[in-house]
Amino acid sequence: MTALEVHALSHSFGGLTALADVSLAVAPGERLAIIGPNGAGKTTLFNIVTGIFRPSAGRVRLFGRDVTRLPTHRRAQLGLARTFQISTLFPRLTVLESVLLAVQGLDPARFVLYRRRAAYGRLLERAESLLAEWGLADRAHQVTRQLSYGEQRQVELILALAGAPKVLLLDEPTAGLSPAETASVAEMIRRFSRDTTILLIEHDMDVALDLVDRVTVLFQGRVLAEGSKDEVRRDPKVAAIYFGTDDA
Amino acid sequence: MALVLLVALPAVLSSYQLSLLTKMLIFGIFAMSLDLLLGYAGLPSLGHAAYFGVAAYTVGLLALRVANNFWIDFPAGLLMAAGMSALFGLFALRTRGSYFLMITLALGQVLWGIAFGWRSLTGGDDGLPSVPRPRLPLPWSLTDGVPFYYFVLFFFALAVGALAVIASSPFGRALVGIRESERRMEVLGYDVWRYKYVAFILAGLFAGLAGTLFVYFNGFVSPSYLNIVFSASALLMVILGGAGTLLGPALGAAVIVGLENFISGYMERWVLVLGVIYVLVTLFAPSGLVGLARQRMRSSGS
Repeated sequence: MTALEVHALSHSFGGLTALADVSLAVAPGERLAIIGPNGAGKTTLFNIVTGIFRPSAGRVRLFGRDVTRLPTHRRAQLGLARTFQISTLFPRLTVLESVLLAVQGLDPARFVLYRRRAAYGRLLERAESLLAEWGLADRAHQVTRQLSYGEQRQVELILALAGAPKVLLLDEPTAGLSPAETASVAEMIRRFSRDTTILLIEHDMDVALDLVDRVTVLFQGRVLAEGSKDEVRRDPKVAAIYFGTDDA
Repeated sequence: MALVLLVALPAVLSSYQLSLLTKMLIFGIFAMSLDLLLGYAGLPSLGHAAYFGVAAYTVGLLALRVANNFWIDFPAGLLMAAGMSALFGLFALRTRGSYFLMITLALGQVLWGIAFGWRSLTGGDDGLPSVPRPRLPLPWSLTDGVPFYYFVLFFFALAVGALAVIASSPFGRALVGIRESERRMEVLGYDVWRYKYVAFILAGLFAGLAGTLFVYFNGFVSPSYLNIVFSASALLMVILGGAGTLLGPALGAAVIVGLENFISGYMERWVLVLGVIYVLVTLFAPSGLVGLARQRMRSSGS
C-alpha cells in the first residue's frame, strides 16, 4: 500500500494552470524530493495534499483512503503533517506554548474547556521531551519571534513532528538559511524516524538529493521526470531546466 | 485580595457609590465576555451589545408581562442570549477581519431596529420601564443596594472563575493559537471553525449574564443597550483594560463606567470623550492598562 498517492491532479488559479495531471505515489517510510524551478507548482501540490486548496481535478489518497474532500484538520488527524515555506509560527507565544499547542492538536483533550490544561501532565511531558530531543530546551520560555531565523525553522520542524506524523511534507525547510544553519537543519531531517514518510520540496539540489531516496521533478505544473537520484541527475531534460541549455 | 476588597467595600461606600460599583461589576462581566472573542480568539465583534440587550429584554418582558420568577426569567435570558449568538455566529464566522467587524455590527443593528420599531412589544424608544428585581428565598431583599451588590458580586466571581478555567483549558489555549495563526492550527489538527463557534456562543452567554443582571439592576432597558455605541464602548473597555488578559477588561469597564459617571455630570458629549480615550489608548497603551502595568513592573524589576 502507498502512504500517499496523488492521482491526475490538476489545479488552476483563474486562467493560470498551476498543476496539470500530476500523479505520484510514495511508499511508507520512503523519502521523496520534489524539485523544480519557481512556479513549477510544488507548494500548490502541498496545499492540495493538505486540503488548503481543493483541486480542480484529481484525487489524493492517504494510506489508500480518499481524502480529496476531507478538511485540513481531519487529514492531520490521519497522520499528515507539514511545514510552511513562509513561517506561520505563533509569533507572540513562547516556544513551549507553541509546541504544547502542536502536541495538544492530536490529543483527545484538545477540546476540553472545563479543566486547566496543566491537569494533563502528558502534554507538558511530551512537549518538553520534544524540545530536549531537538536541542531547543533552553529556548522553551522565549517568545517565538525573538528567536533567530534558523531557530524558527527548527521550531517549525518540531511543531510538525509533535504529532508523530506518518506522512510529513517539508516545504523548503532550509530556505533563507546560512550554510551552517542549512547543515544543522539537514542533520535534523536525517535524524527523523525512518517510519515517517517524507516529501521534501527543496530548491538546493545538493541538499535535497542528500536527504532522499527518490526524486520527482516538476516543471510548469507537470511531472518532468522521476526516478532515483542518479536517474534524475543524468536526465537531460532536468539538466536543461537547471542549467539553462534550453530556452525553457 | 481583590475579592476580599470587593466583599468589604459595602461597609465604607455610600449607597450611590455602591450602585456605581455594582454597575462596574456588571459591565465588567460584559467586557470579559467580549474579551473571549477579541482578546483570546482574535475575533473583533462590533455587535456584542446584541446578546447583552437580548437577555435584558427577555428578562424585562418576562418579568413585566408573564411573571417575576427568577428561576424562569434568568435562565430564559441566558438561553436567549446563547441562542442568538448561536444563530448569528453561523453568519458572522463565515467572514474574517474587517468583514467580521461589519457583519457583527449589521446583525447587532438588526436587533436594535426590532427593539426600536416594534413598539407594542418592546416599547420602542421608551424602552421597558419598571422591571422589578427578582424575589429570592433569601433573608434579604434584593431591592436593597447591599444585598443586590452581593448578588451581582456572586455572579461576577462565578464568571471570573469560569472564564479563568476556560482561558487556561486546552480549548482556551487553542483559541490563542487560532488568534496567532489559523492556518497553522488547521494543519496541527484543530477544527478551527468549531472552536470559534463555541467561543462565540460562550461569549454571547456571558454577555447575556451581564444583560440579565443589568436589567435587574437598572430596572429599565432601552434600545440604546443594543446599539453600536454600546458595542463600541464594550470594545473600548476591553482594549483599555488589556485584550487577552482575564481581568483587564473588567478593569477597563470600571474605568469607563467611572469616567462616564464623572464626565456626564459636566457635559453631554460622552461619545466624544470615548473617542478621545480610544485614540489615547491605541497611541500610548496598545496593550491596555494591564499591559502598561506589566511593562512598568518589568522595567523596574530589571
